[in-house]
Amino acid sequence: MGNRKIPAKLLKQEVIVFIVVIALLGFFCVASPDFRKYTTILTIMDYSYYIVLMAIGVSFPLITGGVDLSIGTGLVCYSLAGGYLIVHKGWPTGAAMVVSLLFGIIIGLINGILIGVMGLPPFLATLCTCMITRGLGSICSNNFGISWPTTGQPGSWFRSIFKLTIGDTKIPLGFVWVLLLAILMHFVLNHTKIGRYTIAIGSNKEAAILSGINVKFYHIMAYVISGFFAALASIAYSAVFATVLPGTGAGFELEAIGGAIIGGVSATGGAGSIIGTLIGVFVICLLKTGLPFIGLQANWQQIVTGVVLIGSVMVDIIKKRKESRK
Amino acid sequence: MGEVILQMIDIDKRFPGVHALNKVSFDVKRGEVHALMGENGAGKSTLMKVLTGIYTKDSGSIVFEGKEVEFHGAREAQDAGVVIVHQELNMVGHLTVAQNIFIGREFKKGIRIDDKKMNEEAAKLFEKLNINIDPTATMSDLTVGKQQMCEIAKAISHDAKVIIFDEPTAALTESEIEDLFKIIRDLRKQQMAIVYISHRMDEIKVITDRVTVMRDGCYVGTLVTEESTKDDIINMMVGRIIYEEPKTKSRVPDDAPVVLRVDHLNAGRMVQDVSFELRKGEILGFSGLMGAGRTETARAIFGADPKESGEIFVNGKKTVINSPEDAVKAGIGYLSEDRKRFGIVVQKTIAENTTMADLGNYMKGIFIDKKKEKKVAKEFVDSLSTKTPSVDQLVVNLSGGNQQKVVIAKWLCKNCDILIFDEPTRGIDVGAKNEIYKLMNKLAAEGKSIIMISSEMTEILRMSDRIVVMCEGKKTGELRIEDTTQEKIMNLATRDIN
Repeated sequence: MGNRKIPAKLLKQEVIVFIVVIALLGFFCVASPDFRKYTTILTIMDYSYYIVLMAIGVSFPLITGGVDLSIGTGLVCYSLAGGYLIVHKGWPTGAAMVVSLLFGIIIGLINGILIGVMGLPPFLATLCTCMITRGLGSICSNNFGISWPTTGQPGSWFRSIFKLTIGDTKIPLGFVWVLLLAILMHFVLNHTKIGRYTIAIGSNKEAAILSGINVKFYHIMAYVISGFFAALASIAYSAVFATVLPGTGAGFELEAIGGAIIGGVSATGGAGSIIGTLIGVFVICLLKTGLPFIGLQANWQQIVTGVVLIGSVMVDIIKKRKESRK
Repeated sequence: MGEVILQMIDIDKRFPGVHALNKVSFDVKRGEVHALMGENGAGKSTLMKVLTGIYTKDSGSIVFEGKEVEFHGAREAQDAGVVIVHQELNMVGHLTVAQNIFIGREFKKGIRIDDKKMNEEAAKLFEKLNINIDPTATMSDLTVGKQQMCEIAKAISHDAKVIIFDEPTAALTESEIEDLFKIIRDLRKQQMAIVYISHRMDEIKVITDRVTVMRDGCYVGTLVTEESTKDDIINMMVGRIIYEEPKTKSRVPDDAPVVLRVDHLNAGRMVQDVSFELRKGEILGFSGLMGAGRTETARAIFGADPKESGEIFVNGKKTVINSPEDAVKAGIGYLSEDRKRFGIVVQKTIAENTTMADLGNYMKGIFIDKKKEKKVAKEFVDSLSTKTPSVDQLVVNLSGGNQQKVVIAKWLCKNCDILIFDEPTRGIDVGAKNEIYKLMNKLAAEGKSIIMISSEMTEILRMSDRIVVMCEGKKTGELRIEDTTQEKIMNLATRDIN
């Protein structure tokens, strides 16, 4: 009875959030004729890729009961580093991507060691690497904005990974990739050792340690995954936007974390779903793209997003309280 | 004895898998010490938690000073004058005695906290109780006994009318117990109503006026202490349960191979120069007062806490154990006294908990082979007769005894030959207790070797082949079961203190 109940509940959360996404879409379509355009979908998709990727990654630290605040500035840093190699050193795009990804993995590794081995609180450790990556990004780019090759330039092939242009039609191909990655990581979370132990750390770290599990290693891995996906997000970001500016990126992580939590990742760790995270991010992206169509500008978007987040964290807390009352 | 001040009528409370309280009634009068007795898991603490609003009752009523009441949380109960002195003391170690006593209701001078007045008030309280404690002392510097007195002083300062003592002597030395009894007698004289939870028969005879016995969550009966004998009470407590025969002689031959040898182990103040041997098929009991360093010794052996020095030999081979991972590799499994915190992941299924230490053997490539996982979990559910509808059941929904079986399954799954049971039956229903005993005896007969840490004298005497006694971090003695008596153990357990 119990086991069937809980996943059903989680599933329910995913379903509820999915319904919210559909409802929001419907609402905006009805409220604004301008919203009902193919280009809107393209815009939403463009904005979603990097947040989805960050959110998939950050779900792992969140499920361990921690957090990764370094992914936002990290994203910009990895993108600037890769871009610098392409623009100023003439590296091929592919090689630069590899460097970006490695950079992300290294920062993730540092976070993981600080938290899993040295025992720093996740909030503090990743706040520090957040500042460090912001500084590093500015150094890499010498304080100038950097543009990865734009469409038409040599080495711009990577932009078609996310938006394929056939004739006059643009296809948001990136959605296929983020969907596949979400499914893959959903599997990793539920069917592999890394996933199982990530959850175990979040629900009862002491018991995991006393079961003889190498908790340090799996704790580090959660942050490496987060760093790696932040780097993937940096490639998506570079592909979607023309120019990457140093000093930006702070705040991206909040949208990713928000999406994960709306999607059912427990704010206190121990539970979560990557598919839920994917859907949760779309709630945030829809609000971000849709609200201007009904005349609510940037400041309002943030307020609405904040309120939605409070709502979903409350749901999580109430759920937990009910469980512990039993 | 005065009139009845507090009455609990037909209290009923269920938890998932356990009927914790089954129409229990209980009352206490002014100027009376009323003992609440029963084995671990009989429902004593649950009843008191219902009284003080920590748990909500499913049905029944509570009448306090003639009015029906329902407290929502310890705070409300406290304000009304019903106070618990917990077994685990709720003190903030690095605050002073006075700061602890008045925590949450500090005296103020403007916006500043008036420490001087708090110290004075605390001194007055101690005077009233005839206790000699400096209100400005730091709490963590006091002995457990003194800390408990502070807790009592705190209770009194709430204008308590009913004070509940939850196993107050578990961590006290003989002389501290004497001091405590003096205070309790004083309180009785002041017409305080006192509920005294304990399972130490001798204390009950000395200090209480009436005894109410609970068993399996049910009310069994109430006796006037003076008119009843120890045997009356024991019979009421144990009832229909037939326990494993106590051992009169060790079953383990003297030449049985030594599977674990601990040599001059040191780990902080709580583990000083501890040495012992564990033989194949043996149940080695670890006895001592609360805080004697038994759990700390186990945790140090298991690598959960760092060691300062000392050597460990597993099956004759010197083994370095720096982490639980190393210990598990060497075939040692540790079953913590606090299962929910250290043993199981409550929000996961039985299957997931079973393979937790041995997941490596349940993989198909990089993926977990959930079919195989469920199969092995089912095998252990059957062989340990764990009561559950399926292995997909979340562990949180199991009773304490069945949770313990899941932890046992986890270590058997990993093929551990040395099992350290820390308070194996704490929080387990009386009925299920004997099942755990049977299981331990069966495991020992099959050649597993068991270290059993227990604070229950009856458990130590019933289960052990040999007994190690500890006191204040040191091993004070070792007894073979055939020449062990309760008195011998108690003498060794308090040797350093008295």
